Amino acid sequence: MTELLQLMVNGLVEGSVYALGAAGISLVFGPLRIVNFAQGDYLTFGAFAAVLANLAWRLDMVLSTVFAMLATAVLAVALEFVLWRPMRKRGAKTMSLFITSIGLAFILRASILFVAGSNEREYRVNVFQYYAIGGVRVSEPQLISIAVALSAIVATAVLLARTSFGRAVRAIADSAELASVAGVDVDRMVVSIWILVGVLAGLCGMLAGLIQSSFDANLGFNLLLPLFAAVIVGGVGSPYGALLGGLALGQVEEVSTWSGFFGGVNPIWKPAIAFMVLIVVLLWRPQGLLGRARTL
Amino acid sequence: MSQIFSLDFWSLVGAVSGIYAIFSLGLQLQFGVTGLLNFGHVASMAIGAYTMAILVVKEHLPLWSASLVAIAAGMLFGAALSLPTLRLRTDYFAITTIAISETVRYFALNEQALTGGALGTSNLEGPTKVTEYNADWVSFQASVQRWLHDIVGRYSESDFAMLVIVWVIVLLCLLVLSPMVRSPWGRVLRAIREDEDAASALGKRVAWYKLQSLAIGAGFGAIAGLLYAFEFQFFSPDDFDPLTTFYAWLIVLIAGTARIWAVPVGALIFGLIFSGTRFFNFKPFTYLDAAQLAYLRMIIIGAILIALMAWRPQGIFGKREEMVLE
Repeated sequence: MTELLQLMVNGLVEGSVYALGAAGISLVFGPLRIVNFAQGDYLTFGAFAAVLANLAWRLDMVLSTVFAMLATAVLAVALEFVLWRPMRKRGAKTMSLFITSIGLAFILRASILFVAGSNEREYRVNVFQYYAIGGVRVSEPQLISIAVALSAIVATAVLLARTSFGRAVRAIADSAELASVAGVDVDRMVVSIWILVGVLAGLCGMLAGLIQSSFDANLGFNLLLPLFAAVIVGGVGSPYGALLGGLALGQVEEVSTWSGFFGGVNPIWKPAIAFMVLIVVLLWRPQGLLGRARTL
Repeated sequence: MSQIFSLDFWSLVGAVSGIYAIFSLGLQLQFGVTGLLNFGHVASMAIGAYTMAILVVKEHLPLWSASLVAIAAGMLFGAALSLPTLRLRTDYFAITTIAISETVRYFALNEQALTGGALGTSNLEGPTKVTEYNADWVSFQASVQRWLHDIVGRYSESDFAMLVIVWVIVLLCLLVLSPMVRSPWGRVLRAIREDEDAASALGKRVAWYKLQSLAIGAGFGAIAGLLYAFEFQFFSPDDFDPLTTFYAWLIVLIAGTARIWAVPVGALIFGLIFSGTRFFNFKPFTYLDAAQLAYLRMIIIGAILIALMAWRPQGIFGKREEMVLE
C-alpha cells in the first residue's frame, strides 16, 4: 500500500508538470490554431534561462524562476511579431503553421545547444533533503514542484473561467472573426495569450528541470510527446481537459509500475505508456475526455 | 578543402541522398498523393533494418530472403498503423504516428535480447560477440565494383559501387511508383486527399485505400532502411529518431506535393545542404567546433522549412492547385 501511495505521489509530481505544459499547448491551439511543435523548446528555453540566472548570476531559485518566466514570455511575444503574425498575414493555415513550428523547434533547440552546449545542467538546490510522511518519501524539489504547479494550474483555470481575459480567449477560440466583430481586439489578445503561454512555459520548463535533477537541451523535446498526449487525452481545445489529461497521464505512468498491477510494468517502458494511453483513448473517445465531439 | 574534390566523399553524399530519396518516396505517396500526415515514417525504416539484421544474425537466413521478409514486415507495419489511426483528424493522426514511431524506437532501445539495445546491431548476440549482418552484401558490392571497373576504370571504388546500386534502386522505385500514381488507383488516392466524403460517396472504400497507401509507403521506408543498414554496416535505435522523419518531410516539401520525379531532386538538394556545412571552413565559421557546425546545420534546415512555408508552400516543383497544406 505504501508502494502505491509513493507511486501516486510521484505521479502527482510528474502529472502536475505535464498539466502545466499541456495547458500551454492547449492555450496556443485553441485561440491561435497552432499545433505548436516548438512548445517543448519554449520549455527548454525557460529551464536554461533559469540555469543562467541560478548558476551564472548566482540568483536564488525564486528570482531565477521569475526571470525564466519573464524571459520565455519575451521570447513568445517576439516570435509572435517576427514569425506567427507574418505567417497568418500570408494566409497560412493549420498545417502550414504546424510545419513552421517544426522548423522553429529545430532553430530553437539548435540555438540553445549552440550557445549553451550539450552538457547536463542542474540547479543549485538540495536534492537530498527528504520529507517522510507515513512511509512516503518526497524530496524538497518534488514538494515545491507540486505546490507551485498546482497553484499555477488553479490560477490559470480561474483566469480562464472568471475574468474578461478568459472570456475573450474563449471567444477567439470559438471564432476569431465573430470575436473581432463583437469588439475584441484580436491582435492585442493574441499578444496577451502569448505572454500567458510564455510565463507558463518558463515555469513549467524550470519545474521539469527541477524534478529531473539534471537535464540537457533535449528536456523540452522529450516532454513534448507526453504533453501532446495529455492534450489529446483531455480533449483538444479544452484547457481544463489538458490539465486533467496531464494529471491523469502522470498517475497512469507511475501507477502502471506498481507491483500490484499485474506485477508492474518495467519502468523503462514509462515513456511508451503515455502513447499507449493516447491510442486507447483515441479509439474509445476520439474527442478526448472533456472535448466536444466535432462535426469537422 | 581536399574533400570537395574527393570522389569517395561525394559518392557517400550521393548514396545517402539516394537512400533518403527512396525513404521520401514512401512519404510522398502517403502525404503528397493521399494526404496522410505521417510523422512517424521513420518507424518503417527501423522495422526494415532491424527485421533484416535480426533474421540474418539470429536465424541465419540468407541476406536476400531476410531482406524480402523485412520489406514485407515494413508493409505489414504500415497496414497495422492504419487500424488505430485512420478515424482521426489530420493533426491527431500526425501526433499519433510520431508517438507510434517513438514507441518502436523505445522497443528497439529496451528489448536488448532481441535488438541489441542502445549498443545497436554489434550487440545483437550479447556483448561478448561482435556481430555483422552484411557479409553477403559486402561480397555483392565488391562484385558490382569489379563489374564497374570494366566501365569506369580506377574510379570504381567501393563507395562508388554503392552509389550506383542505390541510384539504380531509386530509378526502379520511380518506375514502379510513377505509373501507380497515374493509374486509376492513384486517382482514387488523390480524390481521397481532396475530399474524403466525395470519394466515399462515389463508392470508394476510403479506409481500404488509405491502408494500401500506408502499407506501400512503409514498404519504401523498409527498403530505405535496408540500404541504410548496408551503407553504414551498423545501426542503433538512435538512427531512427523523429529527426529522420522530418528530413523526409523537408525533401517532400522541397519537391512539392504529389511530384514523384521531383523527390530525388529534393533529396539531392537535402544532401547538399546536409553535407555543405562541412565546407564552412572559412571565417567566421573557423571559430566553431564540429558540434556547433552540426547545430548550425539544424538551424539552416529549420529556416528552410519556415521559408518554404512562407513563400512556396507548394514546394519548388509543386503546383499550387495540388497543394495539400491548408
